Amino acid sequence: MTGAVFHALLSHWRRAPLQLFTLIAGLALATGLWSGVQAINAEARASYDAAAATLGEGRFARIEAATGGEVTQAQYVALRRAGWLVSPVVQGRLGGVRLVGIDPLTAPGGIGPAAGEADISAFLGGAGQIFGRAEVLAALPETGAEAVLAPDVAPGTALTDISLALRLLKRDGIDALLVAPEQPIARPELAEIASDLVLRPPQPGSEVGRLTDSFHLNLTAFGLLCFAVGIFIVHGAVGLAFEQRRPVIRTLRALGVPLRRLVALMLLELLAFALVAGVIGVGLGWLLAAQLLPDVAATLRGLYGADVAGGLALRPAWWLSGLGIAVLGTGLAAGAALWRIATMPLLAAGGRRAWAMAEARMARGQGAAALALLLLAAGLAVWGEGLVAGFALLGAGLIGAALALPLMLGAALGLAARLARGPLMQWFWADTRQQLPGLSLALMALMLAMAANIGVSTMVGSFRATFAEFLDQRLAPELYVETADDAQARAVEALLAPRIRAVLPLASVEIEVEGIPAELNLARPDPTYPENWRLLRAAERPWERLSTGEGVLISEQLARRAGLSLGDPVRLGPETALPVLGIHGDYGNPLGQVIVTEALFARLQPEIVPRRFGLRLDPAEVPEIRAALTGMGLPEGAITDQAAVKRFSMQVFERTFAVTAALNVLTLAVAGFAMLMSLLTLAALRLPQLAPVWALGLTRRRLAALEMGRTVLLAALTAVVALPVGLALAWVLLAVVNVAAFGWRLPMTAFPWDYARLGLFALLAAGLAALWPAIRLARTPPAALLGVFAHER
Amino acid sequence: MLLRLRDIHKSFAGAEGPVPVLRGVDLDLAAGESLALTGESGSGKSTLLHLVGGLDRHDRGRIEVAGTEVTALDDSGRAALRRGTVGVVFQQFNLIPSLTVGDNIAFQARIAGRHEPARATALAERLGLAPHLAKYPEQLSGGQQQRCAIARTLAARPALVLADEPTGNLDEATAEEVLGAMLELVAETGAALLMVTHSQHHAARMGRRLHLHAGRIA
Repeated sequence: MTGAVFHALLSHWRRAPLQLFTLIAGLALATGLWSGVQAINAEARASYDAAAATLGEGRFARIEAATGGEVTQAQYVALRRAGWLVSPVVQGRLGGVRLVGIDPLTAPGGIGPAAGEADISAFLGGAGQIFGRAEVLAALPETGAEAVLAPDVAPGTALTDISLALRLLKRDGIDALLVAPEQPIARPELAEIASDLVLRPPQPGSEVGRLTDSFHLNLTAFGLLCFAVGIFIVHGAVGLAFEQRRPVIRTLRALGVPLRRLVALMLLELLAFALVAGVIGVGLGWLLAAQLLPDVAATLRGLYGADVAGGLALRPAWWLSGLGIAVLGTGLAAGAALWRIATMPLLAAGGRRAWAMAEARMARGQGAAALALLLLAAGLAVWGEGLVAGFALLGAGLIGAALALPLMLGAALGLAARLARGPLMQWFWADTRQQLPGLSLALMALMLAMAANIGVSTMVGSFRATFAEFLDQRLAPELYVETADDAQARAVEALLAPRIRAVLPLASVEIEVEGIPAELNLARPDPTYPENWRLLRAAERPWERLSTGEGVLISEQLARRAGLSLGDPVRLGPETALPVLGIHGDYGNPLGQVIVTEALFARLQPEIVPRRFGLRLDPAEVPEIRAALTGMGLPEGAITDQAAVKRFSMQVFERTFAVTAALNVLTLAVAGFAMLMSLLTLAALRLPQLAPVWALGLTRRRLAALEMGRTVLLAALTAVVALPVGLALAWVLLAVVNVAAFGWRLPMTAFPWDYARLGLFALLAAGLAALWPAIRLARTPPAALLGVFAHER
Repeated sequence: MLLRLRDIHKSFAGAEGPVPVLRGVDLDLAAGESLALTGESGSGKSTLLHLVGGLDRHDRGRIEVAGTEVTALDDSGRAALRRGTVGVVFQQFNLIPSLTVGDNIAFQARIAGRHEPARATALAERLGLAPHLAKYPEQLSGGQQQRCAIARTLAARPALVLADEPTGNLDEATAEEVLGAMLELVAETGAALLMVTHSQHHAARMGRRLHLHAGRIA
């Protein structure tokens, strides 16, 4: 029995290949977009983990020089002699590769090749060994050491013994000492051995991982949105297929097929489709991730300094989760349809009326769910706090708006029908309203995609405008110079001070404010700052008071994270606490920032001599000053002009959002596909509704034109709803998600021309989607239309 | 006795409370016997047929098919009854549109585990369907579709054939032809036939006839 019934069920798809294609393609697209994003996230996280495993980032406490300089070998030896279980680490760049040197004999467990099965004697002895990924080893210059392939070493990093690393990097000092978790109880305090060293506690989770979490959360949210749009397509295709098979299911049951067996076979059928589509989707996701990963890697490097491998590894957990999400998506999309089949009465008597009543009940339920979700979103907007609340607000708002769309469109069409004059227009509006349930899923997908497009493009556009303005303010100096050492720094300043308008020293050191890591920066009293910097909030005469050391300026993210506002004291040392004079925007910097006047900085950090300078001069003098600097022995690479810095910063920005833009376009394309597939599958069902109108005297061409007009009209109404939803989405992204994720709030800028262009694109897509079914209708032979009446006997 | 109905009651929910359709129907049908059930629209003919086939549940009374108490069966038991003992011919044909005519004819015998290709072929030939076996139902005329439905039912060799106005969708000449073929084939298999019909003329061709009026045998 099972074989015959399964054959009968599957035969439906042979007769409805378009429906099968829609189902598989929708599911594959949804899985592909989701698993593509997940592949990127998995690859990035694997890179962070590799970095953590290689360098022990975040897992172990570290001892560093308080001034940010080197730990001397003598200090290391003194600490070891005093009983401290510490292990030295050094790192530097060698031919574009980050070379890390460790001591495998003293390194805490799990660090470097000492953790694996490496041959310690070969690592330490002879010419030594350097571990790294293939591309890293290829990029290394000739070192004389044996290159050992090690795929688990952090991307962009080569690992070797510390003595070899010091020799290759031409260094004497150590960057930091890793502190083993277990230490002898009776050991002297660090300050007693080396007062200029500080102990930094371990940070749970890798530091880079925490910094980039919000970036990955954004990607995941987008992946989820793409998945939801794809699932809308699958839901539509499955719903329609089950609806069409309803009489067959009844027949099968009437012929003696038990309901339980029937439902089990339908589940099996769906599972088979889910697996086929899942395999295709995982393949698509792989291609998508491979395309986007280089941009994501560049973004993470530019924005967070995190190294992510540019190539994609095939991880079983990833493709299994891809198949899992395909099965889950099929379950979500088909659950309701399958439940209706399982609970459907065997006899069709009164089915049409019962079906209509069930539809009405469902519409009421949908309206109630939409209202509840929108109320939840409103509540979260007012009372919610943090990133999770931000994303919950996004989800509730978007789904609520999507569920409300068919009801709003129904109300608008009902109003139009009441206002219509003439029988043809009355029929048109009534018929459009009747078509709404069949098209509503595709329209919801279109609305979600358009709203996401408007929301994300507004957010990116607002961010770009703010960022460009911010760069103009911040990058006022015409030239930037970086010197090699303190002596050169002093020489440069002495040379330039009399020749140009201003020399602005730049330096920063990492400090803690209210227990939160932050940078301490200096500002030399100069008109450049008050003339160019725009403060978000400021007390009276902030720059004047800053220059006299009466207070500090802090960045917006530090103000939010530490809960500081104007006038609040910021503790900078045991006896130094100064009020906040102003709060400035500092976009793209994960750390908070405190700015003090130069004199105060020198008092707080006497060891630090600024080695970077911003130079204010007449642009015409740039070549002359550049020549003077190179004449002093500064390499060309140490002198950067303002335009180059801005260009680089904007490049980093554009690459950051390249992934978002790509996913944005894909989501819209998927929604267009949903529209086309819905119209094509519905077209076949339209004949019985159109044939009577044709018989009453309307030409096929006119009917086809009306069909196209109907689709474009529905898309236009959807676009009208998508605009406020998209703007609300942008507001949530800018005012809630960005604040929670990055600590800055951006002013929202509207881009009406972009919205108009998107609206036109949506109308064009809907028109194109409707064109094929309309042409098919215009070419339907009269015999096919007459057949409708013949079958009604 | 192949079919025994005692005091069958059935009502449907209406806007103003339950509407009785059958009010105590008694009926017996022996193997090989044919019985026409006539009556006005709404008299409960089709409802009675559905109850016998286990397609619907009655409120009160007792239905026995080939010694099996239908009332006591669950959904799976009723499905097994329809597969193994009862065959139903519907007014709307209810063929599976995505299967060919040949597959439709073989379908019920296959799910009953009694598929004999030779018998299916012989039935198709007797009913004039042999040239159409590779076609799909929508490519057949109404009369051909009903002959396909009859072949599907008889290929499974049911002990009891239930026919719900099998010629109701056909013109007079085709109806005569289809009914003649069905009666002939049912008689050959030795199955009992219970047919609901509006037509007195068709009822007259059956072995026995009963008239249902206001939910009771008149």
